[in-house]
Amino acid sequence: MHLQFTEEQEMMRRMVRDFAREEIAPRVEEMEETDEFPLEIIRKMGEYGLMGIPIEEKWGGAEADFISYILAINEISKVSPTVGVILSVHTSVGTNPILYFGNEEQKKKYVPKLASGEYIGAFALTEPNAGSDAASMRTTAVKKGDKYILNGSKIFITNAGAANTYITFAVTDPSKGSKGISAFIVEKDTPGFTVGKKEKKMGLHGSSTCELIFDNAEVPAENLLGEEGIGFTIAMANLDVGRIGIAAQGLGIAEGALEHAIAYAKERHQFGKPIASQQAIAFKLADMATQTEAARMLVYRAAALRNQGIKCGMEASMAKRFATDTAMKVATEAVQVFGGYGYTREYPVERYFRDAKVTQIYEGTNQIQRLVISKYLLNK
Amino acid sequence: MDFQLSEEHKMLRQMVREFAENELADKAGERDEEERFDMEVFHKMAELGLTGIPWDEKYGGAGFDFLSYVIAVEELSRVDSSVGVTLSAHTSLASWPIYKFGTEEQKQKFLRPLAEGKSMGAYCLTEPGSGSDAAGMKTTAKKDGDHYILNGSKIFITNGGLADIYIVFAATTPELKHKGQTAFIVTSDMPGFKVGKKEKKLGIRSSATTEIIFEDCRVPAENLLGQEGQGFKIAMMTLDGGRNGIAAQAVGIADGALTHAIAYAKERHQFGKPIASQQAIAFKLADMATKVEAARLLTYQAAVLEDSGLPYGKASAMAKLYAGDIAMEVTTDAVQVFGGYGYTREYPVERFMRDAKITQIYEGTNEIQRLVISNYLLKD
Repeated sequence: MHLQFTEEQEMMRRMVRDFAREEIAPRVEEMEETDEFPLEIIRKMGEYGLMGIPIEEKWGGAEADFISYILAINEISKVSPTVGVILSVHTSVGTNPILYFGNEEQKKKYVPKLASGEYIGAFALTEPNAGSDAASMRTTAVKKGDKYILNGSKIFITNAGAANTYITFAVTDPSKGSKGISAFIVEKDTPGFTVGKKEKKMGLHGSSTCELIFDNAEVPAENLLGEEGIGFTIAMANLDVGRIGIAAQGLGIAEGALEHAIAYAKERHQFGKPIASQQAIAFKLADMATQTEAARMLVYRAAALRNQGIKCGMEASMAKRFATDTAMKVATEAVQVFGGYGYTREYPVERYFRDAKVTQIYEGTNQIQRLVISKYLLNK
Repeated sequence: MDFQLSEEHKMLRQMVREFAENELADKAGERDEEERFDMEVFHKMAELGLTGIPWDEKYGGAGFDFLSYVIAVEELSRVDSSVGVTLSAHTSLASWPIYKFGTEEQKQKFLRPLAEGKSMGAYCLTEPGSGSDAAGMKTTAKKDGDHYILNGSKIFITNGGLADIYIVFAATTPELKHKGQTAFIVTSDMPGFKVGKKEKKLGIRSSATTEIIFEDCRVPAENLLGQEGQGFKIAMMTLDGGRNGIAAQAVGIADGALTHAIAYAKERHQFGKPIASQQAIAFKLADMATKVEAARLLTYQAAVLEDSGLPYGKASAMAKLYAGDIAMEVTTDAVQVFGGYGYTREYPVERFMRDAKITQIYEGTNEIQRLVISNYLLKD
């Protein structure tokens, strides 16, 4: 075992940490109040090469390894889980499917723009009645000449509105169940495609979450990703990567909340001494730190496996389940450490609390992660 | 032993439930979003006799018991816990100390309008530097002829700005620490009484929480409550009962979230059947319901002890600790049951989750409850 990061990985971490402190931290409050997509920050991340971290240089990426990419999400989420999820969705599920399943033409056309941050990517799988049960989707795609005509709607799509490309899943052959689903690259100005209602959310303000509507949307046949019928495979293939990304977001939330709680506990005096030196709080901090450390191990173990090209389905689900449950617990306790102050919007911990909850829900609810993990255990 | 509620208690529950569902449910989300308390709601509660449930009719009360009061707070909180805490602070924290320690004259002058709902009450104990450590307060009261002159500021005052009668704690003999504290009945029209900054909060957003400032505030000596030096005792005894009000609020929040989660789980289909009939969700609901039931029994026990004239300090601390903790757990799980929908502000469960957090903090943080409970255990 070797639990140290390499020099390159450490450099990435330092660079991202500085970037987050200098470029993101000063904007967090504004994002929180206005709920507006932080386009300027994303453009700047593009300049720093952060929008295509694990993408090969020949496709316009930074060609860093997968662990560096996870480190970046982790560090950014410590300051802003909103920017963390934008990055994760853009790269893991907005860009990767084109890289892995696209043909040369598609890669040339889209990947360099995505990797440089000129384009923002999104992923459209969830529908009103197909959440955890993705295979029951109703959006259809019917071939007509050199086009596919898409009809249906998607919900809870991260980066919607801001994104230029949407990896969209639709049923091309309803008789085949999950094997009748295909994936398409849908561009934002496709005729018949519109971005619908924007959700008002409990947290992750600034991250755009909208409905997508396909009303006889005309997608060029050349935008079919891979071949007909492999849509479900494409969707599932990238879930591991997506889950490790969200696990890293959860880890960042836990670390951020913990840091604030420790600093406050040392400074706040009650009964004549810092609350940090009273067991009620000190032991709470110890538990929070231990949970966070365990989450960190699971996240980077899954990332390291992925980095080595080893199958990591179960490990990715464990990392996602544990790190996001930890995020929720640690953020809830961090508010507790801050007491009444923590409940106000003047201190950042209530934001971590609101942001943490969704990490237990999206990219496969933690119930789905348990289903995945138990299947691995039982199919051994 | 008899765990059945009397007919009167059942009728009261039914009456408050109908009021909450008919008059509060519709606009609860809107009031939360606008962070606005609706005085009309308070007036309607006054018409129904809810503003003075446990007080004798000779003081304008309804002449019911504390169990009835606790049931009312629970029922209001099942729908809108901002209204629940408003009633709890009004009754337990502002009216109770006058009922218990006030002179006959003070009762007629202050308890009567509170009970009749012509006035709203608040309680001013917490200061910036003294939260859990209430004995460290800095607000002072100096005698000047037939007045006391109050100076200092209080924070996190529930009903601040809306209330016109405030129970205020100040040091009359600072060198005696907690034995030098005294309680006063202060009305908002007294010179030098000021309402400061209103807090922006994570939850219970339609309940007002403000700073209250005393600048050479002149309070008639006849408004001294109890005796000089008795303030800390009055504050602590008041909190014993107040805790039970907050326990009831927490039970209501948890039960409201559970009710929504059950309804949604029966209706939402994934993998071809309602999620309620899948163990991941069904067992979660079972755990949630068991916790709510246990918390409710602890809460009712504390109220019944008080109604029987028996000591209830330990019981109310246990009720508050447990109900607050399970409200947080149950509401977090309720959002999970709703999945992505639960994270949006279109469904009420995210509001319940934000509201739940404060029940672990105010009226003595749950760390303080553990201190109180362990003190009872160790002195026996």
